[in-house]
Amino acid sequence: MNSPTLPPGLHRTASIEDRVRAVQAVLDDHGLDASTHAPELDRAAQEDWVPRNGARVVARAWTDPAFRARLLADGRSAVAELGLSMPKHHRHLVVLENTPQVHNVICCSLCSCTAFTIIGLPPDWYKDLEYRSRVVRESRTVLKEMGLELPPDVEIRVWDTTADTRYMVLPMQPAGSAGWSEERLAAVVTRDSMIGVARL
Amino acid sequence: MDGVHDLGGRQGFGRVRYTIDAPAFHAAWEVRANSLYGYAVRSGLFNMDEYRYAIERMEPRHYLTAPYYERSLTALATLCVEKGLVTREGLEQRAGGAFPLSGRGVPGRTNEAVDAPFAVGDRVRVRDDHVPGHVRMPGYIRGKRGVVVGVSPAYPFPDAHAHGVAARDEPTYDVRFRTQDLWPDSSDPALVHVAVFRSYLTRDE
Repeated sequence: MNSPTLPPGLHRTASIEDRVRAVQAVLDDHGLDASTHAPELDRAAQEDWVPRNGARVVARAWTDPAFRARLLADGRSAVAELGLSMPKHHRHLVVLENTPQVHNVICCSLCSCTAFTIIGLPPDWYKDLEYRSRVVRESRTVLKEMGLELPPDVEIRVWDTTADTRYMVLPMQPAGSAGWSEERLAAVVTRDSMIGVARL
Repeated sequence: MDGVHDLGGRQGFGRVRYTIDAPAFHAAWEVRANSLYGYAVRSGLFNMDEYRYAIERMEPRHYLTAPYYERSLTALATLCVEKGLVTREGLEQRAGGAFPLSGRGVPGRTNEAVDAPFAVGDRVRVRDDHVPGHVRMPGYIRGKRGVVVGVSPAYPFPDAHAHGVAARDEPTYDVRFRTQDLWPDSSDPALVHVAVFRSYLTRDE
């Protein structure tokens, strides 16, 4: 990884913070003015693209059967009804309905793809070597290790996000929550339940 | 390319390092690295397939040990050099030290033939293709049989789009495989669905 053309003082790998700053400066020099535009994306990544969005979608689906049907038929159009958007290259959102007999779980074995504007940016474990290698092949074992032991008669369906269609899991409504308001229901929906590694 | 990024089904990895509701970010540099690559894509500097291919070209030891957002940053920096925004030396001068970049790419391929579309319920087989450049077919489905359960709108063909090669957009299909067919006798019984581009598939008569 060393560069023989550099003076001796530069042979040590730059810190990750200095590498980020260097790339930002390169984009600035190119006239893209990244220093001005990046803070807004920083904010969006931390405040706008959050699991709360997907939680609203799930709560609406639990309380409004017509919305649920539209969501299962065409996820991208249905989430737009709640004012939620997806990047242009995510042309399709497939919503996967959990039932007492079927449990869905999503992954990206090649990298990290997710419907991040809806269910939030993925955590480290989703992008790490262990989950990506194992969940497609040993889903029941992996889910059990992560704290979700599914009854043996439940069929597991894994969805590997290898193109630009995006997926989210519609978890089952928790027992005892019938009649709750949409807002109260949304508060119990977690990102991990929309990935499919947890039940509510 | 059959790179180390193609992890599905690899054995030997241990428990998922899972904590409930783990945060997406841990440090300010991660947030900014994510924003900078996203901004570069929005600005038209490169597309998502070029970005993915640049990550996949990382030196394998670097790929396997780098945190996620370092992979992101490495791809972004590599593309800045390859697109002529800066030389590697200039980048390293700015960073004040060495800046590990991804390895060189190879030419891509287009999708020449117009293939008839599939419908839900069609039985398909994944082609036995070994693509030197970018490809979004995970190795674990190569040559395997499955059933179409979903149809997507047309997307840019990644094998071309990552390389600046002209190609037609084509649909992807959610194809259902059985783990027993993918890894006989060494997997948990389950259905695995993979989003597969039309060009990677043939009809299974």
